[in-house]
Amino acid sequence: MRRLKATIVKEIWSLLRDPKARIVLVLPPLIQLFIFTFATTLDVRNVDIAILDRSSGVHSTELVQRIAGSPNFRGIRYLRSSAELHEAIDNQEVIAALVIEEGFDRALERHQPAQVGVVLDGRRSNAAQIVAGYLSRIAAGMDAGAVLRMQGGAQVTHWFNPTLDFIWFTLPALIVIIVSIAGLAITSQTVSREREMGTFDQLLVSPLRVHEILIGKIVPPFLVGSFNGILYLVVAQVVFGIPYTGSLLLFFPALTLYLLALIGVGLFVSSLSMTQQQSFLGSFVATVPLIILSGYASPIENMPGWLQTVTYLDPARYFLVIVQGLFLKGMPASDVLHQLWPLVLIAIATLSASAWLFRSRME
Amino acid sequence: MSADRFSFRRLRAMMRKEFAQIMRDPSTFLIAAAMPLLLLFLFGYAVSLDTSSTRVAVVMEDSSGPALGLAQSYRASPWFEVEMMRSRPAARRQMIGSEIRGMIVIPQDFGKQVQRGRMPEIQVVTDGSQPNTAQFVASHAEGVFQSWAATEGLPGAASRAASIELSPRFWYNPGLKSRYFLIPGSIAIVMTMIGTLLTALVVAREWERGTMEALMATPLAMAEFIASKILPYFLLALASMTLCTLIGVAVFGLPFRGSLLALYLIASAFLMPALGLGLFISSATKNQFVASQLALLTSFLPTFLLSGFLYEIPSMPVWIQAITYAVPARYLIPPLQTLFLTGDIWGHFLPNIAAMLGFGLLFFFLSFRVTRRSLD
Repeated sequence: MRRLKATIVKEIWSLLRDPKARIVLVLPPLIQLFIFTFATTLDVRNVDIAILDRSSGVHSTELVQRIAGSPNFRGIRYLRSSAELHEAIDNQEVIAALVIEEGFDRALERHQPAQVGVVLDGRRSNAAQIVAGYLSRIAAGMDAGAVLRMQGGAQVTHWFNPTLDFIWFTLPALIVIIVSIAGLAITSQTVSREREMGTFDQLLVSPLRVHEILIGKIVPPFLVGSFNGILYLVVAQVVFGIPYTGSLLLFFPALTLYLLALIGVGLFVSSLSMTQQQSFLGSFVATVPLIILSGYASPIENMPGWLQTVTYLDPARYFLVIVQGLFLKGMPASDVLHQLWPLVLIAIATLSASAWLFRSRME
Repeated sequence: MSADRFSFRRLRAMMRKEFAQIMRDPSTFLIAAAMPLLLLFLFGYAVSLDTSSTRVAVVMEDSSGPALGLAQSYRASPWFEVEMMRSRPAARRQMIGSEIRGMIVIPQDFGKQVQRGRMPEIQVVTDGSQPNTAQFVASHAEGVFQSWAATEGLPGAASRAASIELSPRFWYNPGLKSRYFLIPGSIAIVMTMIGTLLTALVVAREWERGTMEALMATPLAMAEFIASKILPYFLLALASMTLCTLIGVAVFGLPFRGSLLALYLIASAFLMPALGLGLFISSATKNQFVASQLALLTSFLPTFLLSGFLYEIPSMPVWIQAITYAVPARYLIPPLQTLFLTGDIWGHFLPNIAAMLGFGLLFFFLSFRVTRRSLD
């Protein structure tokens, strides 16, 4: 027990000794949280669009004004020819261009359907689709005078996030992502650093048992990860006002188990590596699929079936569901447990795999 | 280091050492070959922003003929994978567990309303914790309902054609395949990784191990040192970019409508700030762990999030938009997407290339300053 304490103190000390490293452990993750919370919106706002109005009648002017008045669009460029349209799209000056043909006003006056062409930049196909949706809603609004406010129909309610505020989705997810990036990066350095510095052999000749060495390696990243996780939990509520509707008692076991699973992966990479460079790049190669397959970047439902099966191996998948559930959905203990037991299995698997690798590479 | 004139012989010797180091270390291959393949694979298959079928529950509180008919329409819809349920609490539980993303409730008097020839009401409840999916579920659930009502000939259904019809055409990517913009983006990420991250690690290691002092005692000039550190990684990054392009075009069917000249020009221009930043970080930190974390923060994450690759820059708050101007990848991704999908548009390429070269100069200047200062 005394040996264990000594090795833990030594590991914490070696992580925190360098003042630059101390800053790097806390400040960049916090900066990431702030910038990325605001940057990662899938809304489309303030985009520029162009209009080629060949009709210039009352109705086409009204359509143009309605578009200009929409908060989704920032600037409107008026075009004179198709050549200008080509240039504006090709140079990505605008994301979409509306072409109102000459017969537009005449058709509307004769109560016939009038066509409006919309050219969208398929290079940004995702944003372009959203813009197309805005435009068709505006065009439908022009008709609104004619459409009766009908009875019945579909009444839409959004649970857990009634206004569909994007930050409510992003921030809980970012807690998972940033804890993962930092956790893996720190753990993966631990063994390889000693190898590179040549202190690994000293460790082996010391009276420490293997499990004591390993526990010593696990504790510092675990403490840093818990500290960061709790810090973000507080920041999300206090600074960003995201409601936390679940039980705090459920957050901590989930964070603990997730960190253990993550540290297992990091230690595995670290034991495999001979140099810090190898372990850092290795941990990075592990981080990318860990994040992408978690369901954060795009929903797991959209992936092909065989890849959906692979995501069951990703610990971040479960932690993401738990964190989002605890924040917004008031997830009850039974549902959290349902996501926790796979985390337990993954943690056992990664930790024992890394212990095995560490042992077998000691010779 | 001496202030001697630039010597190509010394440069060659240094570069040979650097190449030997690259070839010897398996992690270089990991980052230059395995990493691009992994990224292309993930972006090709896993990250799909293209909408596909979403799991929802249809809660039947009514079992009349019309209610069953509507439920059948939802089942037949390509947008939904429907699970039939009897009660709302059960559906709510599944929604909390993220097993379904929404529920469509067909209420008790549904059939009666239809029999009386009135437009019935349904409730659509979505899982707002995933805003995009929620919007998707809401609009498609409504769409299916409207078209069902129209075929039943119910009043008030949107049967009347809208008087203004929009006919959207998506230029350069008519099939709206998201991998067409994800693959050029992953090329940017790969070049960032090699240019900034790998370079930062390699130079920081020289400082950490003290081999930097040894180099300084040699007649090697500063410019030779920097060139010897940069050229090998420059070539490695270009090779990796070529690999990505080949696989993107051959395996994932990405069109290539521009010229090779433009591709290599744009890529080379981007590598200047990427390599410059890597050098600067390593000289300023002299510690591999700190350098790697800073490289991640200042290059990889901005390339991912602040470059317009996944998220639209104009939609971001103004102060973040201001930050994006300092992200070199911001000037890389639009030209790359244009090059692949549209063709050579030099009027668009040249200002971006100039911006990247400008940042490159700045970073090289900074790393010169920092390295020189630490010599004293």
